Amino acid sequence: MSILELNDVHAYYGKIHALKGISLKVEKGEIVTLIGGNGAGKTTTLRTISALMRPTTGSVTFEDESLTRYKPSDLAARGIAMVPEGRGVFARMTVLENLEMGAFHRNDKAGIAQDVEMVYDLFPRLKERRTQLAGTMSGGEQQMLAMGRALMSRPRLLLLDEPSMGLAPVLVEAIFSTVVDINKQGTTVLLVEQNALMALDIASRGYVLQTGEIVLSDDAKALQKNEMIQKVYLGIE
Amino acid sequence: MTGMNWRHVIRTGLLMSLIVLLVSIIGMVETFDERDLVVGYLTLGQLLLFAPALFGGYRTVAREARRSPVSTLLGGLVAGLIVAVPLILLVLLASAWPGIRTYFPNISPALLDILSNGQGATTTGIGLLLLEMGLLGLIGAAIHLVPGALRRPLLTALLITSAVALFSDVPLNIANELLDRSIVRILFGTKGLTLAAAVGAFVISLLLAFWWDRSGRAALNRRQATQSPTQAARNRRIATLALLVVLLILPRILGIFLTNVLDQVGIFILMALGLNIVVGFAGLLDLGYVAFFAIGAYTTALLTSTGDLGLGMSFWVAAPISVAAATLAGIILGIPVLRLRGDYLAIVTLGFGEIIRVLVRSDLLKPVIGGAQGILNIGRPSLGSFELVTPQQFYYLILLGCILAWYIASRLRDGRIGRRWMAMREDEDVAEAVGINLTSTKLLAFSIGASFAGLAGSIFASRIGSAFPNSFELLISINVLAIVIVGGLGSLPGVVVGAFVLVGLPELLREFAEYRLLMYGILLIVMMLVRPEGLWPSAVTRREMHAAEEEAAREGIHPEEVQPIT
Ligand SMILES: Nc1ncnc2c1ncn2[C@@H]1O[C@H](COP(=O)(O)OP(=O)(O)OP(=O)(O)O)[C@@H](O)[C@H]1O
Ligand SMILES: [Mg+2]
Repeated sequence: MSILELNDVHAYYGKIHALKGISLKVEKGEIVTLIGGNGAGKTTTLRTISALMRPTTGSVTFEDESLTRYKPSDLAARGIAMVPEGRGVFARMTVLENLEMGAFHRNDKAGIAQDVEMVYDLFPRLKERRTQLAGTMSGGEQQMLAMGRALMSRPRLLLLDEPSMGLAPVLVEAIFSTVVDINKQGTTVLLVEQNALMALDIASRGYVLQTGEIVLSDDAKALQKNEMIQKVYLGIE
Repeated sequence: MTGMNWRHVIRTGLLMSLIVLLVSIIGMVETFDERDLVVGYLTLGQLLLFAPALFGGYRTVAREARRSPVSTLLGGLVAGLIVAVPLILLVLLASAWPGIRTYFPNISPALLDILSNGQGATTTGIGLLLLEMGLLGLIGAAIHLVPGALRRPLLTALLITSAVALFSDVPLNIANELLDRSIVRILFGTKGLTLAAAVGAFVISLLLAFWWDRSGRAALNRRQATQSPTQAARNRRIATLALLVVLLILPRILGIFLTNVLDQVGIFILMALGLNIVVGFAGLLDLGYVAFFAIGAYTTALLTSTGDLGLGMSFWVAAPISVAAATLAGIILGIPVLRLRGDYLAIVTLGFGEIIRVLVRSDLLKPVIGGAQGILNIGRPSLGSFELVTPQQFYYLILLGCILAWYIASRLRDGRIGRRWMAMREDEDVAEAVGINLTSTKLLAFSIGASFAGLAGSIFASRIGSAFPNSFELLISINVLAIVIVGGLGSLPGVVVGAFVLVGLPELLREFAEYRLLMYGILLIVMMLVRPEGLWPSAVTRREMHAAEEEAAREGIHPEEVQPIT
């Protein structure tokens, strides 16, 4: 059973036809990556999944249930967590408060405390800085916090929009290896990236998006060997 | 001379001379000369002339002076003399060319008298002016030569005494209530303090400030550090109780005039507590807030008025209905603006405020709500056969409203809804991603904020006894917003402080109403430059500033070094 399925999704910004029939599947337990250049429509795809945008036609189903009727604020409770592009932390709250906000829709105090520890285990850096205001942290730390915050809702599906943006290669590696850890603990991940090289390294399958259309989809290993990918995204001549 | 920065001295002098020249030719000096600070010795107009010279002298020594006393004093003297120059030119020009009044009507003989100490454009007059300003600059600089332990208390005492003299209406009215006539006459002139009172105020505040600097503050800190949480909680309860007692007996102490001012401040506090929820807690910029105040006022007016337009109901029935009407209006305004952010929201709410104002004034609705003639004979609140009429009686109603609003606002802030507002204010997208429904969160902020304004309007109408369209101008919205910002966004004590500063103080300076907006504007600019976080910042803001300081400390930057070198 696929956990997430997009079927022939079209979406518009006014007259701009941003998504021209996207179909993709994410199976339970996978890491799937969606790669593409600037303006390809990656963020737009995530926005339609998280109900921030309605597809004009086509369907988005999560665990065999249509998402088209949901409001964005319902998704956390439904089991989908999103880390938006350019991080997304509450700048004037502390690290701990941010994490607690991530569990806003939950009421189980003990469970929340336990999950905070779980996040601290994944990102020891956050534990050191738990009383620091999020806005004063470095970009990498904020990315970690945004991911930790997303995990606090105990999602079954995690949507990540370009977590590597603006980070040093070492940090990107650390973040990506944590994504693998998160995935091993049972969370399915849809990873949007421009950094195709690293994304394909950790993903099991990948989709390539170009100007609103999926032009390629295959196993990650196969995509890495694909000539066009090598040329366009991996910079290998 | 080593260490002497003449460019800085000259620039400071010129800046101050510009200020003095400006306040002179726009007529402020002459108008303010009507008001005595210290009867027979100092008028407010003179203070306006002297303060820049004094401050200029003080500012010539930019930071920790590491130069000889002589050059320090010399710098102050020069700055003071520079301040005098444009005034001298003004005096000479005006005496040589009387026709200048056609162009600058405020350059009057009275102004020249003030500037030249009654000597006119004579050598004596000009010499006196030079001497005065030079001396003031000198004194300003000399403040730096006073040992540090005495300097701060001295400045504090100077400020306090000036404030007491400027707002002498407050001690005067209190003294009138509490003291014998003969004593009052020793302390107060008709418009200001007597010399004895001024000296007394200065000495007392100097002693207090000195004591506070030496041991008072340290003692307080020590006590706060050593007391246990239960003790602290008990002390807080006692303080709250004491405050309550003071609030209850306040009208008795203050007399009618000041209680009336207090009532106006209270109505603005009530409104600002509501707008603080919208702007401070939820981060939604609402420029049409006066609309809800108007709706509350007109609802009460229509329901309670015994005139042709009214229903003659009791205030106690009308008030909740007014609050409900304003709340409903808050929701109705809220729905169309839900999708708007920032500037767009501000503009639409601005429009909403204007629509309500135009409707209230319109001929179309005149048969229902009276148009420009307004509604008269609005009912007063009564308890049995006892009717609230005087400012003192209304004070208790307003106090009750403010306490209620404060309590509700603080409970909401600390509860789940407060978290939702805060998250939404920080980042709408992320808030939505963690499961916060923006629609209901925004509507709650709008409607609760509106309900406070509705209550304020209801009390306002009943207190005035009539409702006219021009009580609900855009300026009220701006005023309330300024209170929230000057006090400190999101801070409840800030709202109170802001209302006293922006509503209370201007009431006390009523005679200078023509300069009210000018002073208001200057105050806002100075505030935003010097203390943008507000007079009493909220806990969140304070934490943020603290973090910024720590950051700077970590980087090894000292705040002084960040400032531009002058
Ligand atoms: N709010 C908007 N209004 C109009 N057009 C938009 C809007 N947001 C995105 N677009 C357009 O839709 C297209 C897809 O944008 P999208 O943000 O999904 O790209 P992306 O793949 O996420 O790019 P990037 O890697 O730069 O983030 C682009 O052509 C973009 O200009
Ligand atoms: Mg994007």
